[in-house]
Amino acid sequence: MSRHTVRPPFQPKHIADFPCGTCDEAGHLVETLSSWRTSTPEVNLQLCTGCLRCYLLCPEGMIVKKNGKVAIEFDFCKGCGICAHECRSDAIRMIARRE
Amino acid sequence: MTANGSRVFVSGNDAVALGVRLARPHVIAAYPITPQTAVVERLAEMVEDGSLRTEYLHVESEHSALSACIGASAVGARTFTATSSQGLLYMVECMHYASGGRFPVVMMNANRSLALPWNIYNDQRDSLSQLDSGWIQVYVEDAQEALDMIIQAFAIAENEKVLTPVMVNLDGFVLTHTYELVEVPTQEAVDRFLPPFKTTNKMSFEAPKNMAFTATPAHYTEFKFQQHQAILDAATVIADVDHSFGEQLGRYYGGLLDAYRVEDAEFVLITLGSVTGTARVVVDQLRAEGRKVGVIKLRYLRPFPVEELRSLTRNAWALGVLEKNISIGYEGTVFTNVRSALSQNGTTQEILNFVAGLGGRDISRGDIAQMFERLSSVATTHPANRVIFVNLGVETA
Repeated sequence: MSRHTVRPPFQPKHIADFPCGTCDEAGHLVETLSSWRTSTPEVNLQLCTGCLRCYLLCPEGMIVKKNGKVAIEFDFCKGCGICAHECRSDAIRMIARRE
Repeated sequence: MTANGSRVFVSGNDAVALGVRLARPHVIAAYPITPQTAVVERLAEMVEDGSLRTEYLHVESEHSALSACIGASAVGARTFTATSSQGLLYMVECMHYASGGRFPVVMMNANRSLALPWNIYNDQRDSLSQLDSGWIQVYVEDAQEALDMIIQAFAIAENEKVLTPVMVNLDGFVLTHTYELVEVPTQEAVDRFLPPFKTTNKMSFEAPKNMAFTATPAHYTEFKFQQHQAILDAATVIADVDHSFGEQLGRYYGGLLDAYRVEDAEFVLITLGSVTGTARVVVDQLRAEGRKVGVIKLRYLRPFPVEELRSLTRNAWALGVLEKNISIGYEGTVFTNVRSALSQNGTTQEILNFVAGLGGRDISRGDIAQMFERLSSVATTHPANRVIFVNLGVETA
């Protein structure tokens, strides 16, 4: 799966650095979005079977395949808990914490 | 003048349609509403008889009409829409999308009162309520100016320094439904004046763009500053476009405003739109009696002609702002804008606000003569109430 490209934050120095109105280069994201996450998924690799159910169901595409199992990235993870709820091996649990 | 192909006897609405055809828009999307209906009917007829080649979209509302124009503009098309009153208010959400997205849509608005009470007749409370929408606003006085300003509006809106939508306002019925002789320029002359729309601010397969995006608090203000600067810069573009229109097509309108006999005027009435003709007649009558009076027609309200207005009124004793509008609970919005512009004149000029013509009530020569009468009496006194409802039919005290 291709990953989102997040460009470094746009840091204009002059008004001319802005595009004319809301029209600019396409195909990349300008910032991450996960600020309202209040609980964070954690994978227990002992229990993970690598079935990829969570990978398919994550609405943000934040779960990646790694060494036959899964790993979670957090740039866009909202902490929704769908992965933990859907995991048939109880390999993912939600840890309540704000970052 | 060879630039003018023919002379026709048409209504203000017809003149708008003729101007639109000459401007060759790629896309027209409009929803009929009194008193603008004849514009969309004429344009539809032109499409049917093959004299106008455009994508004419039938839409189910004004919200959709302007949305369709925005969508077409986003791929670089020249677009036109027309509306009035409640229809304009139904477009309001999209108006900010058009201006914020820098889509140079041109719109004709037939000035009509707002409900309630339900009323289809002329005043200017529809467009004046939209001064903050980020659109350029021009008010025309007659059918010829309507035709010419539709053509000029595209040249102004599409200028790369401007890239801002333009609203061309015609007084409903008084102008949309009255007939005049109008010079129609040749297609060749208009093509020379108004080249095809070219912009990089568009979506294409060659250069895909992210359009109409979000901006967080970190960047939003700068986009609004940019729009603000573009409308301020439009003042020069408007002057240039009007001058080259004058050179190429033989009619020049004075740019942001038009002044009539104000050089030595002691009392000046400020107007917009079709009532200016009546005001000029009254000025001529009073001048014949030796009174030093004049009239300034504000053609554009955005950008606002601050410097021009200031220098023209510096020596006037008292000024009146005649508008078919009231910002209910305060004063007329045009009056607010004029007072703000003139506050730096450094004089103690008295300025009165004449609120007249609401819901289509006639403004007569006698009414205007009385406004000048009132101005001469307040030049030395300072009335507590500067907002005067002209011709109220009943006692209020």
